[in-house]
Amino acid sequence: MEQAAHSPTFLSVLLIFVSAAFTDNILLTRFLGMCSCLGVSKKVDTSIGLGIAVIFVTASTAAINFLVYKYILIPLGLDYLRLITFIVVIAAFVQLIEMIIDRYSPSLYNALGIFLPLITVNCAILGISLFMLNKPYGFLETLIYGAGGGFGWFVAIAIIGGIRERINEQALPRGLAGSPITLIIIGIMALAFIGFSGMVKV
Amino acid sequence: MAAPVKTLFYDGFWKSNPIFVQVLGICSTLAVTNLLANTLFMCAGLIFSTAMSSLTISLLRKQIPARIRMIVQVLIIATFVMMVDIIIKATAPEIHRFIGPYVGLIITNCIIMGRAEAFAMQNKPIPSFIDGIAMGLGYSAVLVIIALVREPLGFGTILGYKLPALQIWWHQWTIMVMAPGAFFMLGLLSWFARMHQLPKEKR
Repeated sequence: MEQAAHSPTFLSVLLIFVSAAFTDNILLTRFLGMCSCLGVSKKVDTSIGLGIAVIFVTASTAAINFLVYKYILIPLGLDYLRLITFIVVIAAFVQLIEMIIDRYSPSLYNALGIFLPLITVNCAILGISLFMLNKPYGFLETLIYGAGGGFGWFVAIAIIGGIRERINEQALPRGLAGSPITLIIIGIMALAFIGFSGMVKV
Repeated sequence: MAAPVKTLFYDGFWKSNPIFVQVLGICSTLAVTNLLANTLFMCAGLIFSTAMSSLTISLLRKQIPARIRMIVQVLIIATFVMMVDIIIKATAPEIHRFIGPYVGLIITNCIIMGRAEAFAMQNKPIPSFIDGIAMGLGYSAVLVIIALVREPLGFGTILGYKLPALQIWWHQWTIMVMAPGAFFMLGLLSWFARMHQLPKEKR
């Protein structure tokens, strides 16, 4: 992993993507983004819409936060301000994207519009930005790591949305409907994703 | 005065328990429930942040302009979380290395924001402070229960002390300390809680 930090090759970048998306899945092994996941994953369509928005925002904010952290906070010795800086960057970025999309592509805005504010409080986004600090990645690798993490979240929420659509039509024991059954489904999926863990060594 | 203290605590622990009923904020804290010590640190941090942010937001509720209230709330919450982060780093560096990123994620824990929006913006500072503590405690109670199941079953220990019985006849159940164990535990717990809460309402 040390030499990859100096010269990213195609293979090392691919490995970062796969490991961020599958072996280190942000939802299923790190528990992040659960709130919006439980709230939004009732249907496949909405899950996919939110998932795509999350991929885009995680990749972009991880890259921006990387630059801010490395070139502004570290030289000024303001390391302890990282939490507040990251959350402001994320909130500002989401707001900016919302305005740009609204201006140039109203149809996309209508499709994604309701999901964008939700993203600010999605812990997966802030989580990716915080986890990247512990990794020896350069700029490109951070971007890929963010995209991979977002993609992993997208895959997980899309599958959960599909399963929930089926389950909603079934008769369930009293009290199990809603979030309890969803949590158990997520648990089973997390078991399946543990199967990926031997695949990539990072 | 608004709602009496007893009602606030009853709400926080059972009637509108943040985890069972509102299903808020399970993300960041669930991850640390595989060891009881980590859970206790995390819960203390969470209770502190919730109570102090509710208090501050309630004190400022007349001054905060409605349009930008979200960002103001986030900044207030982030300030207190930062304090928690620095305090844990100074007092327990070993634990901080493990739960560090998750402490930062208390900011995006929806429960704090939820209480700020739902309670602190409408109520006086003292009830808001108590409400923050009650909600934080209700939340912590669930997490401590989960940790109390996961740590013994997964590692055979409680707070790091080896339980003799579990060492002899229990094979360590690794799944319990990995992610699925937390999901199953929370799913089962909230199922039981709902089973007992539902009879009061119509199905």
